[in-house]
Amino acid sequence: MRFRNFVKARVVSPEIDRIIDALPRQNVGTQGYDPWGLNLDTAKIGFQFVRWLYEEYFRVEAFGLENVPSEGRLLIIGNHSGQLPMDGIMVGYSIATNPHGPRLPRAMVERWFPTVPFLGNLINSLGSVIGDPLNCAKMLEREEAIVVYPEGIRGSGKPYRLRYQLQRFGHGFMHMAMEHATPIVPVGIVGCEETMPSLTNIKPLAKLLNMPYFPLAPLVPLPAKVHLNFGKPMHFANDARNEGEVERRVEQVKDAIRDLIETGLAQRKSLY
Amino acid sequence: MRDSKKQPAKRKSPARRRKAAAPLDAPNIGARKREKILITGAAGALAKYVIAQLQADYQIIGVDFRGLKALHPDTVDYEVDFNKRSFEDVFREHEFVAVLHLGRIKISELDRGRRFSSNVIGTERLLKLALKYGVEQALVLSTYHVYGADPHNPSLIDESFPLKAAGHAQDLVDAVELENLANIYLYKHPELNITVLRPCNIAGAGINNSISRMLAQPLAPCVGGFTPLMQFIHVEDMASAVVTALAQNKPGVYNVAPDDWVAYQDALELAGCRRLFLPAIPPGLTRALAAAMGRFAPPSYLLDFFKYAVVIDPEKFSATFGFRPVYSFDDIFAFYRDSK
Repeated sequence: MRFRNFVKARVVSPEIDRIIDALPRQNVGTQGYDPWGLNLDTAKIGFQFVRWLYEEYFRVEAFGLENVPSEGRLLIIGNHSGQLPMDGIMVGYSIATNPHGPRLPRAMVERWFPTVPFLGNLINSLGSVIGDPLNCAKMLEREEAIVVYPEGIRGSGKPYRLRYQLQRFGHGFMHMAMEHATPIVPVGIVGCEETMPSLTNIKPLAKLLNMPYFPLAPLVPLPAKVHLNFGKPMHFANDARNEGEVERRVEQVKDAIRDLIETGLAQRKSLY
Repeated sequence: MRDSKKQPAKRKSPARRRKAAAPLDAPNIGARKREKILITGAAGALAKYVIAQLQADYQIIGVDFRGLKALHPDTVDYEVDFNKRSFEDVFREHEFVAVLHLGRIKISELDRGRRFSSNVIGTERLLKLALKYGVEQALVLSTYHVYGADPHNPSLIDESFPLKAAGHAQDLVDAVELENLANIYLYKHPELNITVLRPCNIAGAGINNSISRMLAQPLAPCVGGFTPLMQFIHVEDMASAVVTALAQNKPGVYNVAPDDWVAYQDALELAGCRRLFLPAIPPGLTRALAAAMGRFAPPSYLLDFFKYAVVIDPEKFSATFGFRPVYSFDDIFAFYRDSK
C-alpha cells in the first residue's frame, strides 16, 4: 500500500486521476477494493501506462462508443487475438474514457493467472477477473460491464495464418445474457492480430511451463494500429428451448462481430 | 472405564452472572426470559461476547473441554468432553431451549485423529442429545475455511458452493465433516432448527486465530507475490450475528461477513505490521519456512488462505436477518495498531 501510494504520487497524472475518479464505483469498499480485487489506486497507475499504449503505441481508433450503455449490466463480446490480452486492455480503456458515459468494464481472464506470483494480483487489481460463471453472474447482478472473449485461448493463441477467422465460441456468455437479462454489445477488434503474430504454438514448452500456449512470436507486442468498432446492443429473451436455439443466437452475435471486423479492416490503411 | 467412575459434572453457582450492558432489540428474546441455553467453547472470546449479550434474558450454561475452567470461571460451568457419558448429565440437569455450538478443538490442541473425534463425533453426540432432550434450536459455528483456498475460486462465494477444503488440506477435513453432519441434521431433523454460520476472519480483542495473531505481531509473514482479498468481522459483530440468528430462528446455512474487502498486505500495513516476505517458489520452501516460524506464521494447512482469495457473499444472511456489522475495517485494524 505504501509502495503503491509512493508510485501513484510520482506517476499518475491529474487527467488519469480525474478519469478514474469519474468512474462509477458502486461495488468498491472502504479500502478501495471491490470483491473481485480491483483497486482504484493500482488502476490509476496501470491506466497511466495503458494510456500511452492506447494513444501513442497502438494509436487506437474507437467507433460506435455511443452504443455502450453508461450504466446497468452489460456483456461486451469480441474477437480474441494477439497472444497477450492487449485487446481486452484496449477495449477496457476505450470504454473507461467513453465520452458518452465512462465506465470500467471487467475482463475475464484465464484461470491459471491467479497461480502466478505478482501477476495474478496485479491483473486483478487492474480489473481483470478469472473466467468463472459464478464470477460473471455475480458481477451482472451487481450491474457491472464485462468484456468476454468466448473463443478463449482458441482465439488468443491461434497462429497468424488464422487471423480474423472466428474460432468456436463457447455458449456460456449467451446463457448468462439470457438468464440475467443482459444486453450484448458486439465489438470487432482489428489490429491486435498483428501485435504478436505467432507462427506456431510450442506445445511441449507450454506444458512444461503450465501455460495454455507458448507462441513462436515476437518477444514484445509490435506497434500495430488498432481499430475498435462497437455494434448496437443485442437483446435475447430467456426462452431458448434447447441448446440448438442457443447456438443459433451465438451465431447471430458471431455474424455481428464478423461485420464489425470487416468494417475495421476496411478502415485500416496500413498494418503498422 | 476411567470416565464411568467420574462424578456427574456439577454446576457452578449462577450468582456470578451480571446484567448485560444494553438490552437486546430482538423482538422475542424478552418473552423467553431465563430459559436456558447451552454454549460450547465457553472459554473462547466469541462465547464471552455472546454470553454478555444473552445473559440478561437467558440463563447460560457454558461448557468447555479444554481444561480452561479455572481460567474462565465466569463463563465455563462444566469442563466435559462431548464424547464422555457424563456430558449427558448436563442435559439431564438443565432443560435447554437452544444449543450454541461455538467450541472447536484447534490444530494446536490435539492431533488430527483426536480432533476429528472431538469436533465431528463429539458434535454428533451433542446434536443427538439435543434431539433426545427436546432442544428447540441449535446453532453451529463453522468457518469460511470449508470452501478451501483454491486459486480458481470465484469471488463472492455463496452457500451452495462446493466445500473444497478437504481436498486441499487434511487438517480441514474435520471442519468439512462437521458441516456435513450439521447439514444432515438440518434436513433430517427439522424440529432441531439448525442454523449453520460460516463467518469470515473473526478479529478483535481476545481472538486468537491465525489471522489475528498475524495482525497482532509487529512483524507478520506474507507469501511474496500474493496478497489475497480478505474479509474481517469484529468479534462483537460476530456475537451479534449469533444472537440475531438465535432470536429470529431461521434454519439454514449462512455466510457471515461484511460487504467489504481488503488485500492481506494492506491489512497488515493498516494494523501497523511490518511485512516479512516468504518466497512463493518452490511451495515446499514456503511451507518449511512457515513451519520453522512456529506460531509466528500461519499453520501450513492455512497457508493457501494467505495466497488465494476466498471471498464469501454475505447477502443471504444480511437479507434474511437484516444484519449489518457495526465495526468497520478501520475500527478492527486500529485495535491491532493501537495495541502494538
